[in-house]
Amino acid sequence: MWKIIRQIARAGVLTEAPPEAGAASNAGSERIQHELLAILGRALAIREVDAGSCNGCELEIHALNNPYYNIEGLGIRFVASPRHADMLLVTGPVSRNMEQALRRTYDATPEPKLVVAIGDCACSGGIFGESYASCGRVANVIPVDGVVPGCPPAPIEILRGILSAVQRTRAAQG
Amino acid sequence: MSALDLDLGLSSTQLPAPLPIRHCSVTADQWRAAAPAVARSGGRLVALWGGDRRVNEAGGFAVSAAYALHDGLVWLDLALPPGALTYPDLAAVFPGAARMQRATADLLGITADAFDDHRPWLDHRVWTHAFPLRRTAAEGPPGLPRDYPFVRVEGDGVHEIPVGPVHAGIIEPGHFRFSVVGEKVLRLEQRLGYTHKGIERRFTELPPLEAHRLAGRVSGDSTVGFAWAYCMALEAASVCAAPPRSRWLRALMLERERVANHLGDLGALGNDAAFGFGLAQFSRLREDWLRLANEVFGHRLMMDCVVPGGSSVDLDEPAIGRLTRQCDAVETEVRALRAIYDEHAGLQDRFITTGRVTPELAATLGLTGLAGRASGQRADLRCDQPWSPYDQLEVGMASHRNGDVAARVTLRFDETFESLRLIRALCDGLPGGAVRADVSAPAAGAIGAGWIEGWRGEIFVALEIGANGEIGRCHCHDPSWHNWPVLEHAVIGNIVPDFPLINKSFNLSYSGHDL
Repeated sequence: MWKIIRQIARAGVLTEAPPEAGAASNAGSERIQHELLAILGRALAIREVDAGSCNGCELEIHALNNPYYNIEGLGIRFVASPRHADMLLVTGPVSRNMEQALRRTYDATPEPKLVVAIGDCACSGGIFGESYASCGRVANVIPVDGVVPGCPPAPIEILRGILSAVQRTRAAQG
Repeated sequence: MSALDLDLGLSSTQLPAPLPIRHCSVTADQWRAAAPAVARSGGRLVALWGGDRRVNEAGGFAVSAAYALHDGLVWLDLALPPGALTYPDLAAVFPGAARMQRATADLLGITADAFDDHRPWLDHRVWTHAFPLRRTAAEGPPGLPRDYPFVRVEGDGVHEIPVGPVHAGIIEPGHFRFSVVGEKVLRLEQRLGYTHKGIERRFTELPPLEAHRLAGRVSGDSTVGFAWAYCMALEAASVCAAPPRSRWLRALMLERERVANHLGDLGALGNDAAFGFGLAQFSRLREDWLRLANEVFGHRLMMDCVVPGGSSVDLDEPAIGRLTRQCDAVETEVRALRAIYDEHAGLQDRFITTGRVTPELAATLGLTGLAGRASGQRADLRCDQPWSPYDQLEVGMASHRNGDVAARVTLRFDETFESLRLIRALCDGLPGGAVRADVSAPAAGAIGAGWIEGWRGEIFVALEIGANGEIGRCHCHDPSWHNWPVLEHAVIGNIVPDFPLINKSFNLSYSGHDL
């Protein structure tokens, strides 16, 4: 046990300041927590859906859980079911074999819900495009509220995209 | 002259690749005789795929098999007579061929004789075209989605648990059908193909000199491995060689990709056994690793850094120094973490004997790569067919015989240390000179092949250039093809809650398999 504690102490606290989401936003983890609470009344729950990606975007979404980004510390967590989610993060060109599953996942997510398309493929179809097996971008299948281009986008860009989508909702609500 | 040539009277030709890769056109009889001959000699099936060589009214379909033998790889090519839609079955000798034959049936409408599994595999009956790899894909009313006939287990108290395609974690989509009694898994059946996005047809729409970008997106976690295999195939087809410095840089990137994935997996395996400390520590190291990759190679995963003719990036002395120092720092940390993993009774209790694949079963089913080496299957291209620069590095092969989750964890630790040693050696010995050579467009009708030991196992790319210099066919093979069916066996008799742990210990690619 003491080895574990020593290792934790030696590694120290590595969590970095979160990114600024909008031009006027003064991001700090406390402020982000407050904003999420003001908008949602609770933590932001995200369901990730790989709709046909190469798994590169999944690697970078995973990275958001590492101590540097510490996404749970901001009040954002990944949940196991769309029924628990406020937001869907969707990656990949939507393969035709995943089209129905993506629609069902969207339908199972309670209103109000946000969809953020992560990565070039989800934003535009990317290098795979539209074909006999691919529906192309996510917006061809379900409504999309925000996009994060990149192949794959860095974790900090994904976090920025998540925060921007939430803030835009607040702006729209007035 | 390969060993197989002598046995079967074949006359194969060596392709201009850095590894011994031979190509051979065969008759149906030779195709039939080759499989048992390969099996007898201790060889293994690497890949099976088909193609459409019909031009106007002439020509027919073709089917290819790649076998790994002691003296290299041999690519057998069987041209079917015009109008023929069947070829001799390989699954009776190599069980791993079964799903590849089903995929070939979906993509081209050609089937193996004496093979009775006619269920579709990649085709879920929602594509806009049937047989999409035919030259004239039949556009037409797609078939209605239909129920997939899973094998049912009957008996008192037996019930099914369907999982996926959308999984609970941040992972790729696939469907698992468990038949369980109580907590015990009696049978697992997989249904894959959900991420099939038409990669192989997309290849034929891209210029050969640009398609390495698509190869680098077959499976994002193996982007260096696939890009290198594709470039090796293209360079063989174009008969040109990457300069020495670029070969060392490619190996440097491949080893860094191996370490990045092993660090991620070691953390995730701890987490799946309820040891969150492991995930926090290893994901921190992985993030450090990716950040330096971004600074040095311009991309966290090193996508598009391996290009036709060499490498798109060069390293200066300060960068080399940083890479070397990071290896030292990570090694110290991983040694400390390994001691913690090894001494943690709760963790070892979850790892040891869980998800066991015996060496005998592994040999029968063709378990390959890292998982194969954890089950006594000693094969690693970097040791068996050391191509430049591995021929100067004396790569040590990690192996184990227990075949359980603990063995696959041990393999990852051992391979991480060996790769850190290799990265330092590659940094120390990096030769001077250019990092990229000009690659001419490959000639019409040229062929090439690439064969790489990626972090998961052997990656193979077969490239055929068409009559107008375009890509006629490009087949990308991920080692997951062989290992997915073995995972079905690994979970038998285990409890349902151990499935995520067992699955993670294999960490197979969905995208690399589904294409």
